[in-house]
Amino acid sequence: MKAHSKHSLRKTPTGIEGFDEITYGGLPAGRASLVCGSAGAGKTVFGMEFLIHGIFDFNEPGVFMAFEETEKDLVENVVSFGYDLEQLQSERKLVIDHVSVDRFAIEETGEYDLEGLFIRLANAVDSIGAKRIVLDTIEVLFAGLKNHAVIRTELRRLFQWLKDRGLTAVVTGERGDGTLTRYGLEEYVADCVILLDHRVTEQVSTRRLRIIKYRGSKHGTDEYPFLMSEDAISVLPITSAGLSHTVSSERVSSGVPDIDAMLSGGGFFRGSSILLSGTAGTGKSSMAMTFLLAACKRGEEALYLGFEESTDQIVRNMASIGLDLRPWIDKGLLHFHTVRPSSLGLEGHLSSIHAMIKRVQPKVVVMDPISNFLSVADNFSIKSMLTRLVDFLKAQQITGLFTHLSTSGGSLESTDQNISSIMDSWLLLRDIEHEGHRSYALFVLKSRGMAHSHEMRKFMLTDSGVQIGDIYTSALPSRQSCSGGRP
Amino acid sequence: MKPAGSSDGKSSQSKDPGQWVLRLYVAGTTPKSVAAFTNLKRICETHLQGKYKIELIDLLVNPALARGHQIVAVPSVVRQLPAPVKQVIGDLANEEKVLVGLDLRPAQTARSEK
Repeated sequence: MKAHSKHSLRKTPTGIEGFDEITYGGLPAGRASLVCGSAGAGKTVFGMEFLIHGIFDFNEPGVFMAFEETEKDLVENVVSFGYDLEQLQSERKLVIDHVSVDRFAIEETGEYDLEGLFIRLANAVDSIGAKRIVLDTIEVLFAGLKNHAVIRTELRRLFQWLKDRGLTAVVTGERGDGTLTRYGLEEYVADCVILLDHRVTEQVSTRRLRIIKYRGSKHGTDEYPFLMSEDAISVLPITSAGLSHTVSSERVSSGVPDIDAMLSGGGFFRGSSILLSGTAGTGKSSMAMTFLLAACKRGEEALYLGFEESTDQIVRNMASIGLDLRPWIDKGLLHFHTVRPSSLGLEGHLSSIHAMIKRVQPKVVVMDPISNFLSVADNFSIKSMLTRLVDFLKAQQITGLFTHLSTSGGSLESTDQNISSIMDSWLLLRDIEHEGHRSYALFVLKSRGMAHSHEMRKFMLTDSGVQIGDIYTSALPSRQSCSGGRP
Repeated sequence: MKPAGSSDGKSSQSKDPGQWVLRLYVAGTTPKSVAAFTNLKRICETHLQGKYKIELIDLLVNPALARGHQIVAVPSVVRQLPAPVKQVIGDLANEEKVLVGLDLRPAQTARSEK
């Protein structure tokens, strides 16, 4: 740890969410960084985001030199991210230069150099006063030209040239067999190397980003999930938002006064995470919806992330217990996002959830149920995804309630051990069979930062919503008291 | 003008190349660019006498043309006319390769076949 270096490295923020955090400021300023990865790993998008954020957030014009895609392709691809590259070009903030080197159309004889490329680059940079530059993927030169010795000499000269010019560059390279890049670009770019990885495990695709090397700077060494959603890419450091978010002592009602009373009188803390677990049919979704409606009644935006039922089905079912969702949907306060877990990989879900949350800006979010993801991923991945989601919600002071279907038979507590550690409050719904009758009980297993009740209370779904009954005693309730809905 | 200067008029059909336009892209006066120009001139005199034009473009003077004309390596000669566009890079030391690269060959082959 050479923590006391005289001057710390100057950095250029990329503006890519999360990336600047794990690199403690961004890419090395005035130098070239190598972004490598296999085809489709997101190298081009990374480069493009670096330039676009440079233009919008830092007022730094940029040059994109595309060796693979044509200008037209790039413009079209980025439209899906919501950027109009043609306009940026006409505003003289961006230059896209498609460099085409076709080995079959070019004959070589005798000595040459790549001065043409340098002139092009210099001309593009000078024409708009560019500070940022992306070379994507310069290795194409190796496929297009036969004299590799010339290319290597010129690459060395190119990187020196970029440095002399003080340009912050992103150079992309395709991953080779057992090497970072096919033609060893890493030997020219010594300062910062980033690896993007796109893998598919059990039909689920996951993108990850890792900083392999960052000379003169500390950096996160983990593999970070790397998301490409409809409007942006982001890196999700598990630790970054982590434990530094502000905490609120404001309370948010659960929607059921009796449950609030069990939580030392006020409900959950705003911005906290709540786990609601229980076996099938115990009323988790109803409880969760009650929580959302309470938010709507306060005039807050609420978001339901459902992985089991369609919106219409939920609306119909909730009506049966006296919860009328329609008015809140019509008012635009209650939002639904319902998808099948298997429709996307975990990272895909996370990114679509992120996008949804950013759009809706809810104060409360319900995810119902998280256990459904077990069908598409393992426990560890789910926990990692939830941790990120919880951190993301906390950072924005959004209260999140997560339902979890416990498998009957096993110990409820142990089933959910995995995820309970990232939850602030944990409510358990349990079914109790007695004398041919099944009834339900609710208790608060934990609730950080408050003196909560330790009682096991009767939990009932009546035609006027969720009701909490007396303390469950060994003397079980009579049949009438339960089915009648009147404790 | 059908006969196109060469022996028999049947060689090339209606698509007579007529005038050849070759653009030589260089970056300043370097030994390589001088060599390329000399070599190109000699090859043209030998094979295209009287029906060629060499346009010399110095990218240091007209840097924007590098992008417009897709030039990466210099020296670089581009056969502008007749179509299609052909490109040969290097100082053009090897005449054979230049002939193949600029497609000056097939015309002769065609003639010999007839």
